[in-house]
Amino acid sequence: MKILLTNARIIDPEAGTDEIGAVLIEKGKLAGIYTGNPNLDFKVDETIDCMGKCLAPGIIDIGVKIGEPGERHKESFKSAGTAAACGGVTTMVIRPDTEPAVDGPETLEFVFRRAVSDAPVKVLPMAALTKGRKGLEMAEIGFLKDAGAVAFTDCDHVVTDNKVFARCLTYAKGLDALVIAHPQEPMFSRGACATSGPLATKLGLPAVSPIAERMQLQRDLALIEMTGARVHFDQLSCAAGLNVLKRAKEKGLNVTAGASIHHLTLNELDIEGYPTFFKVKPPLRNETDRVALADAVASGLIDIISSMHTPQDEESKRLPFEEAASGAVALETLLPAAMQLVHGEYMDLPTLWRALSLNPAKLLGLDTGRMAVGAPADLVLFDADKPFILDRTQLHSKSKNTPFDGRRMQGRVMRTFVSGKEVYCG
Amino acid sequence: MAFSPKHLLGIEHLSPTDITAILDLADTYVDLNRKEQKHGGALTGMTQVNMFFENSTRTQASFELAGKRLGADVLNLAMGASSIKKGETLIDTAMTLNAMNPDMLVVRHPNSGAVDLLSQKVKCAVLNAGDGRHEHPTQALLDALTIRRAKGRLHRLNVAICGDIAHSRVARSNIFLLNKMENRIRLVGPQTLMPSGIDKFGVEVYSDMNEGLKDVDVVMMLRLQRERMDGGFIPSEREYYYRWGLTREKLANAKDDAIVMHPGPMNRGVEIDGDVADDINRSVIQEQVEMGVAVRMAAMDLLAQGLRTRRREAITV
Repeated sequence: MKILLTNARIIDPEAGTDEIGAVLIEKGKLAGIYTGNPNLDFKVDETIDCMGKCLAPGIIDIGVKIGEPGERHKESFKSAGTAAACGGVTTMVIRPDTEPAVDGPETLEFVFRRAVSDAPVKVLPMAALTKGRKGLEMAEIGFLKDAGAVAFTDCDHVVTDNKVFARCLTYAKGLDALVIAHPQEPMFSRGACATSGPLATKLGLPAVSPIAERMQLQRDLALIEMTGARVHFDQLSCAAGLNVLKRAKEKGLNVTAGASIHHLTLNELDIEGYPTFFKVKPPLRNETDRVALADAVASGLIDIISSMHTPQDEESKRLPFEEAASGAVALETLLPAAMQLVHGEYMDLPTLWRALSLNPAKLLGLDTGRMAVGAPADLVLFDADKPFILDRTQLHSKSKNTPFDGRRMQGRVMRTFVSGKEVYCG
Repeated sequence: MAFSPKHLLGIEHLSPTDITAILDLADTYVDLNRKEQKHGGALTGMTQVNMFFENSTRTQASFELAGKRLGADVLNLAMGASSIKKGETLIDTAMTLNAMNPDMLVVRHPNSGAVDLLSQKVKCAVLNAGDGRHEHPTQALLDALTIRRAKGRLHRLNVAICGDIAHSRVARSNIFLLNKMENRIRLVGPQTLMPSGIDKFGVEVYSDMNEGLKDVDVVMMLRLQRERMDGGFIPSEREYYYRWGLTREKLANAKDDAIVMHPGPMNRGVEIDGDVADDINRSVIQEQVEMGVAVRMAAMDLLAQGLRTRRREAITV
């Protein structure tokens, strides 16, 4: 099967280019990429005219929460996979903070089986760093790695025991396993659901200073320096953390960092009036922090943008702000929300895609995520400018807890391909 | 009447005219409450439900009395003991009550914003009787009425609010109200009990109580909220009393005719000396309680008027 995509704006994050051209898909791989005025006079099974719209590598989203096992009423592999396909996400890297946690090869095998049979996009599982994500004993990192776990993380449970964390890092380093850390000091942020400052004071919400992020980063970096482990920080959210990260990178430590789409596009003013769909972890920051974060993605200090997709049912959100569950769904809104960063002139499309597909692929050692001949044909075709108003009831996730409900957005997915196969056509 | 909102959820969104309207009406209810025949008819035939998710004796009694004097049927629900313990959510409880067609819902809840949430789900008028650390509007209004009656005005006064600002909804509502009426506000207390960013609220912050009380017209003490503290904010109660407890010596810094207020219940010997609290020349703590009933009657009267107007309009449409 040969498919030719013609007249496309090809976004190449590796070369940093954005040019009109054509792409040939053959046997699930990118068989040819043509720009300029090439001779496309060969026989194909199907030709798709992209009408000058953007064609980019599919998004690789690190940190997606699926409700399986344990909370399938919130999200299943099928619903999340469909949402991902609609959102141009071709690889979901899923979190182990399920019930029970994915902390042994048996649960991992269950996850694989369910994912392969149900999800239309690629699924790569992460596994817990410690047993039950309790921070007491190391999980079977070796078995889990051989069984296909691409990274090890306790998600928002921080391993507070320095000795345990240091041993985990040392052991992971020996197996060349990637560890993902959550930089928020848990004792300091205990009970907090907002960022401290005049707004939280006015609303009367328990709040934490963004310094909690810097504190945890500094502890983690000290142990990373000592052990030489390869560590990715799941989400940074404030300027105080960015400065520390910058120094660590300059020092040559083996670290990378991500930012969630919500911290890049929303700020704390959104929690005025107590809308619980805006309750995320860490809490939304002020506008200065948001701008610093967006600039850090543009400069490359922040390597990755992720959705931090966290489905919550209506019941866990229809509560007073303090008691409501944290998190937001974002697989389907990731691309249009991220386009705000392009329309807002923080960065160009190839730079954005470096954070959405190329860097996540490099971090996990995947051959996808780029516009290169021979790479898997995981692609998203989208209209970068198309305006629309988001209606949460139209989302494909089982849970509809998006903060973007009713918002004007720009940028819509038209088609998604996974290994050359079309999984979404809007 | 200028003031006809659907609910009374906080002071933040009231205008100075709204505040004056409530206080003026409350003045007439003070007179009524001092008569032997205390019945007004503003809420005749209406149903008032008091839902207190946090223990309260005085506020609940005050609201109950206010409702009864206005002629409403008053139902008290001790929420601590009932459905919440059985796992029912706040919204379900509200929907259940809504189905019984109440006209006034008086709610106190330990979470900030919970009363706002509830008000979005019911058809009746909602009065916030205190939500978490957010607002306690009727307390600020009764404090304002007490000040206005004692000082003859509610503007250009120096008011010191002292103690546990961080955990206090009373402080937040009072800061909004006193600022709207153009007074100078000082906050006095340990830095650990000052919430972050409070300096942006148009107040002056003092750690030293003697300095903070210098030449003020009103000294407003707050209760040390021991139940709301999730860690050591102060080293001990005796040290707190030593530095921030209101004694005769510290009060001497204020103007000679300065009044002393406390929203109650008091921790005598912690934030206030018993002597000062009982001094009939300075303390207006008992008046505050009396004003409380009148202010709540006024607020419910105005909400009921709004409710009737809206219902009439709904029928006409």
